[in-house]
Amino acid sequence: MDLKNKKIIALGERDGVQGSAISLCVRSAGAEVVLDVTHCFV
Amino acid sequence: MATLSCGWSNVFELPKTHCYTRPTNMQTETASKAPVIQGVRYFLAHTPGLVQHGSKPSRDLMLDPGLATDLASHLRSFSEAAAYLPNRAFLGGIYPDELLKTPRPWYRLNGEYPRWNPHGEIMPEEEFYGLLKIGDSFDLVWLDEDFIKDILATFADHPLISKYDLEKLGQGHPNLKIKEMLTESAERLPLQLSDGRTVGCVVGAHDQDATLTPDVLLENLSCKVSAAMAFRTLMSQLGTDPNDIPYVINCGEEAVGERYQRGGGNLAKGIAEMCGCGNASGSDVKAFCCGPVHAMVMAAALVNSGVYRQVAVVAGCSLAKLGMKFRGHLDHDQPVLEDVLAATAIMIGEDDGISPKLRLDSLGRHTVGAGSSQQAIMKCLVSEPLERLGLRFGDVDKYATELHNPEVTEPGGSGDVPLLNYRMIAAMATVNKEIAKAEIPAFVEEHGMLGYSPTQGHIASAVPFLAHAVDRIKAGEMERAMFLAKGSLFLGRMTQLSDGMSFILEKNH
Repeated sequence: MDLKNKKIIALGERDGVQGSAISLCVRSAGAEVVLDVTHCFV
Repeated sequence: MATLSCGWSNVFELPKTHCYTRPTNMQTETASKAPVIQGVRYFLAHTPGLVQHGSKPSRDLMLDPGLATDLASHLRSFSEAAAYLPNRAFLGGIYPDELLKTPRPWYRLNGEYPRWNPHGEIMPEEEFYGLLKIGDSFDLVWLDEDFIKDILATFADHPLISKYDLEKLGQGHPNLKIKEMLTESAERLPLQLSDGRTVGCVVGAHDQDATLTPDVLLENLSCKVSAAMAFRTLMSQLGTDPNDIPYVINCGEEAVGERYQRGGGNLAKGIAEMCGCGNASGSDVKAFCCGPVHAMVMAAALVNSGVYRQVAVVAGCSLAKLGMKFRGHLDHDQPVLEDVLAATAIMIGEDDGISPKLRLDSLGRHTVGAGSSQQAIMKCLVSEPLERLGLRFGDVDKYATELHNPEVTEPGGSGDVPLLNYRMIAAMATVNKEIAKAEIPAFVEEHGMLGYSPTQGHIASAVPFLAHAVDRIKAGEMERAMFLAKGSLFLGRMTQLSDGMSFILEKNH
């Protein structure tokens, strides 16, 4: 998938992948992160 | 002082003197004392009537009052909650690995439903409402007069409820008066049984203070009394005189305070007071779900440094988390399993030559600059301490991590949290070339466990296994266990950081 110029909502999870980690990845692929949130579901 | 039927002194009468008396467990000079875990006990309260006051149910019910019927029809009876295998594992009735032999769904199994288990009791909601009144110093809880007569009868046989406690229940109020109170003002919260009967209410303490509303006060009071019951159970079973306790650390997550100091804290002293620890001081340690492990390390350090010979770590329940995933449970037509409040109490003291040692040289710390990926966190909490001590991953018999019951979390879409953590630990063992990739499932089964804790936040983080580990280590069936907890600091919106802390508990040679 080409993420260049795409707008991304990064939803992270405490015991999985955190939002900030998702953001770093997609930014490196040229995407714009419009929301970066990490939740704890327990 | 009188002696209770449980065999300990009547600790619920404070000493007659109000001047300071130095507890025998307080050091007079500095010394280096290896800290051990002398005992751990738990407390559960089955409170289906309070599920409606959990954060998620209360918000959803406000938006859609029609949900109430569906919710009520999926609540469990006391015998079902007491027989529920994860609850029995939490209270020491079974060893967690026994869950591996029992196929899910566990909630369909009917078996023994003992109230009293080796590591603590599960209390019915009627008595828990009475307990709220016993712990209420400001007339916040109003109970029905006939209801009080009923619970007086059941409390009479409770080994940890004293005559002084029963006096605090008072005479109660006519049911009509309570219903009038609820009609007059929205600043009152009904206390209902699971059958819908209103048996009391909680009143607010200030009409313009968002921190003293009845829902907040109910959460705080529940945290206080549940922690007190776990602490009473612990002292009773250890034979500890409460007047000998010099210091109590509370690590429950509730923000006790008022408008000028929200979360001001020191619920520890309120809990100590309710347990008759007249010579104790105390304070709170806050670190989200990681709080108990931080608190234990601080308690161990206080013992090790010689400041105190004994420190109690207590943690009460999280009422807000009742019914947190009830929508998922209703969607799957399964019982609403988040219907219990949980608490724990841990006694840390000087080396007695028998109890397992909390190794202060084994601490794992998730530092500010460590990074927030799971790999970075686990490196701080597991790999680095093991490497420092010259241990291999397999040298730790059991890892106790987030022990949330997957039967609770999976229907809500949150997955199997313990399994995620154990796979990460096993993966790090493969990176260290200690095990092959194909051995990961076997490593997880041998060194991990299925989750069995109620989803009560800090209570589910590692500490549910502590009493099992103490038992096994003392019995010579286990050499060491590692306890690691994580905290979601980002939820408070002050930092994007996570938190984490770990320690190793080891046989006392």
